Amino acid sequence: MIISIPVDEKSLESEVCISFGRAPYFLFYNLDTKESLFVDNSAANSQGGAGIKAAQIIADNKADVLLTPRCGQNAADVFKAADIKIYKSISASVQDNIHDFIDGKLSLLDEIHPGFHGHGGA
Amino acid sequence: MRIAVLSGKGGTGKTLVSVNLAAAAKKSIYIDCDVEEPNGYLFFKPEDVQEEISVKIPKVDNELCNGCRRCVDFCKFNALSYIKDKLIVFEEICHSCGGCIILCPERALIERDKVIGKIQRGISYGVKVNTGILNTGEASGIPIIKNLLMENQFQGDQVTFVDCPPGSACIVMESIKDVDYCILVAEPTLFGVHNLNMVYDLVKLFNKPFGVVLNKCLEGENPAEKFCLEKNIKILCKIPFNNELGLLNSNAEIVVRKSKKYSDIFTGLLEAVIREVQYEATTNS
Repeated sequence: MIISIPVDEKSLESEVCISFGRAPYFLFYNLDTKESLFVDNSAANSQGGAGIKAAQIIADNKADVLLTPRCGQNAADVFKAADIKIYKSISASVQDNIHDFIDGKLSLLDEIHPGFHGHGGA
Repeated sequence: MRIAVLSGKGGTGKTLVSVNLAAAAKKSIYIDCDVEEPNGYLFFKPEDVQEEISVKIPKVDNELCNGCRRCVDFCKFNALSYIKDKLIVFEEICHSCGGCIILCPERALIERDKVIGKIQRGISYGVKVNTGILNTGEASGIPIIKNLLMENQFQGDQVTFVDCPPGSACIVMESIKDVDYCILVAEPTLFGVHNLNMVYDLVKLFNKPFGVVLNKCLEGENPAEKFCLEKNIKILCKIPFNNELGLLNSNAEIVVRKSKKYSDIFTGLLEAVIREVQYEATTNS
């Protein structure tokens, strides 16, 4: 199983990035082989539709689940089509989030925001 | 002659000014480009004919699509994604450029019409009233504005008044780009000055001749007037803050058709604007 997470830095000690679509990198962590792969998020600087493009990157890297603090509607639509489950991350390191996911402590993300679409958002 | 009425925020009096100028001109064209919340028709109450407006968006034939993703990589707005051997089109994100359709080597994409709103046309005495209406939830009213302005462009003998959307974003730029003159409506507050400054920057950027109407004027200090004097901006007219005007306007009456006093104010404004446009035309020719 491959877990994907938006991250601020290319490290397992990094915090989970507060933004999904505009995160600088994505971590793909293979639970079976324990391998970590950090991928640049080429969607981060998109004028619009960053969430869609970012979700495409997650799907192309064959992730089964995504751990993220939040996710927009368009990206969620892509994940639904791709059968990728979205879990709500906690404010802790990437490593801790992976452990919590394995222990079944993370819950599915039930709040999908309608997107910021050019209005920033903190 | 085309005259746009704009302001940095809603509620300053764009519709009051443009509706009453159109009515004062007797034979004129009024175009409501505030497609997210058009309200000029509430005053004119024209008998309407409607036409639906649509945009072209791509439709995929998944039998023909071979998953090359050229379209996905091309789309600058990221309106396409390719998941589980299927192309997904995000209709609200699509800007109808048609690039994906041209690029598809398999001809798997075709154009499809998507209705985004409508245009209503009618007549109120001598005023031809055109209203753009964007359907709720649609992202951009620009295709409707393009339609509204295009179909009214050949009636050069009549004065056309363009009632703009509030603000200074793309949709306002689209509304003013072909006009001869811009009227900026401003409120007498600090917030009003901030909003006036936004549209002031915009009309300067577009190199349009312009003047300001100071609305809701009270006794005492008027920061918007001070701003105009400092920047040497032409003040076309001052409309007083007045109960009678407010009441008539809130009852959706066209004040120039109801009151001699306001008929005089707006006729005076109309004459001032026409003088300005003609002056611009002679000095620039």
